[in-house]
Amino acid sequence: MTNVTLNPQQPKTAEMAQRMDEVKGRSLWADARTRFLRNKAAMVSLVVLVLVAGFAFFGHALSPWDNETIDWDVLGNVKEMGKPSLANGHFFGFDDSGRDLYNRVVQGTRISLMVGVVGALIAVFVGTTYGAVAGFIGGRVDNAMMRFVDIAMSIPYMFVLILLLVVFGRSIGMLFVGIGLTAWLDMSRIVRGQTLSIKNKEFIEAAVATGVPWFTIIRRHVVPNLLGVVVVYATLLVPQMILTESFISFLGLGVQEPLTSWGALISEGTSTMGYGTLWQLFFPLGFFVISIFAFFFIGDGLRDALDPKDR
Amino acid sequence: MKDVTAPILRVDDIKVWFDVKMPGSWPWTKPRKLKAVDGVSFELNPGETLGIVGESGCGKSTLARAVMQMAPVEAGNVVWLGDELVGLDTGQMRKHRKEMQMIFQDPLASLNPRMTIGQIVAEPLKTHHPNLSGAEMKDRVRDVLDTVGILPNLVNRYPHEFSGGQCQRIGIARALVVDPKLIICDEPVSALDVSIQAQVINLLMKLQEETGVALIFIAHDLSVVKHISDRVMVLYLGNVMEIAPSAGLYANPMHPYTEALISAVPIPDPKLEAAKEVMLLDQDLPSPLNPPSGCVFRTRCPIAEPRCAETKPTLAHKGDDHQVACHLR
Ligand code: SF4
Repeated sequence: MTNVTLNPQQPKTAEMAQRMDEVKGRSLWADARTRFLRNKAAMVSLVVLVLVAGFAFFGHALSPWDNETIDWDVLGNVKEMGKPSLANGHFFGFDDSGRDLYNRVVQGTRISLMVGVVGALIAVFVGTTYGAVAGFIGGRVDNAMMRFVDIAMSIPYMFVLILLLVVFGRSIGMLFVGIGLTAWLDMSRIVRGQTLSIKNKEFIEAAVATGVPWFTIIRRHVVPNLLGVVVVYATLLVPQMILTESFISFLGLGVQEPLTSWGALISEGTSTMGYGTLWQLFFPLGFFVISIFAFFFIGDGLRDALDPKDR
Repeated sequence: MKDVTAPILRVDDIKVWFDVKMPGSWPWTKPRKLKAVDGVSFELNPGETLGIVGESGCGKSTLARAVMQMAPVEAGNVVWLGDELVGLDTGQMRKHRKEMQMIFQDPLASLNPRMTIGQIVAEPLKTHHPNLSGAEMKDRVRDVLDTVGILPNLVNRYPHEFSGGQCQRIGIARALVVDPKLIICDEPVSALDVSIQAQVINLLMKLQEETGVALIFIAHDLSVVKHISDRVMVLYLGNVMEIAPSAGLYANPMHPYTEALISAVPIPDPKLEAAKEVMLLDQDLPSPLNPPSGCVFRTRCPIAEPRCAETKPTLAHKGDDHQVACHLR
């Protein structure tokens, strides 16, 4: 093919350009990363969250004690002898049953984070698939699928969750099922809306016009453009999951002994508040509050970084 | 040997109807038919440019999509290089898509924001020549980018790093990369600044000269089409009003609607412009859901007669390849 000369200078510039190295482009992802890295609150939160996760998975290595052994000497007199102390290795003191609270918090953090992350992943996976299918197929299928979501959303889910736990027994598995049943609904709505708007973009039409097969269109054109929204809502879903789990556990319906979670620990802490053993409340509560805040700040930061509308 | 002068594309009495649900209607009520394109026929010769003009909502974009088999064709034929396209499944249609490409109205929106322009331009190649090696593909992409006036070393840039005019050039490169025989340009310049419009149109004409590609050039404005088209087709509410060689249409418009469109084009001479009589069309475009009986233009036609409401005028030859659909002309 011959060069088209648009103006007399062009061949020269084109030649020079050929000799020059290829210019690197700035992708939207790279843009988003720069914006995210510049967001101080989100970066601090990220560090905090990494520390909390490190605490959850490696925290027990720092302590000479474990989370099961009951110290019978302390048991009767937790208020006086169970105080947090660096000297005897019980950094967070004892819980009301005479166990090392530090290791209990490590265990609770691990379970709460796991519930949050796994729950969010399930919700994101189910919701994204459901929403993307509804949005992409459209028409009557979309209508039926989304009306079902509307109906499911109108059911008071806390009530259903509590009923499920009472009827089928309290277990982590049931908790996942209960939370997962409802959490994907929002996600599917968001993804469906997003898919609809992407589907009507001209670059999809361009791909159809050139005859790109439809599954390639989904993989190459729809999914990458959905990813931003999915990532943002996934990070915002995690704290929501943790909050729900904690609330259920606080009611005593969620995670059962000998397992524990932030909600269960906070629940224990509040019940012994009257005896003056405030550390039993403040340590789990501190971790809980800090982590939830961190998750929300990161989610916000990601949204600011990824959502093209706010730019 | 194929006859060189045989048309590459023949569209025969094509009809595109959309189902429209009235807001607030029950799910089981029958949707109404919107006749977006209602019996349009034309032919396109190799290397020719056909301009399609009409107000927004007259069905010109739908017509283009119907040719590409991207809109539901209710009736009629589209014959491409001797092959009937209507009713082909996506697989059978794919091999024809290589030869007919499309350029879109919104240059930025027609490029996937997550792909580099190199990947975007390579997509038709990947679809239709999957056996090409990566290096060959890259060479071809750089070549085409160079042809449309984009520096080939920018292949790794993303669409948002380019201006509207540049994005449209990239869109043209994507259409050009598989050496098509026809490029359908759906209002390719309406979203661009006037100065850049001319550049893009000149580029298209230049490319046509070099590659002999045929163009269908859609616009809502006669002045844009005038420069580039060999023949111009005027659409109104999904019906052809007039179709004629470009020069003949501008010198001697026969349909009242074409006259109105031409009188609305500003003349670049203040005296003539002041003296000119602008035919203003009162009233809005009637709803295509409920088109007027008889001649679809009669509600706005300044010379309408009673019989216009009764029978629909058919396209009649008026010499010199000039066809008009009007009872009085
Ligand atoms: S047929 Fe009648 S209404 Fe239609 S354009 Fe001609 S004169 Fe006007």
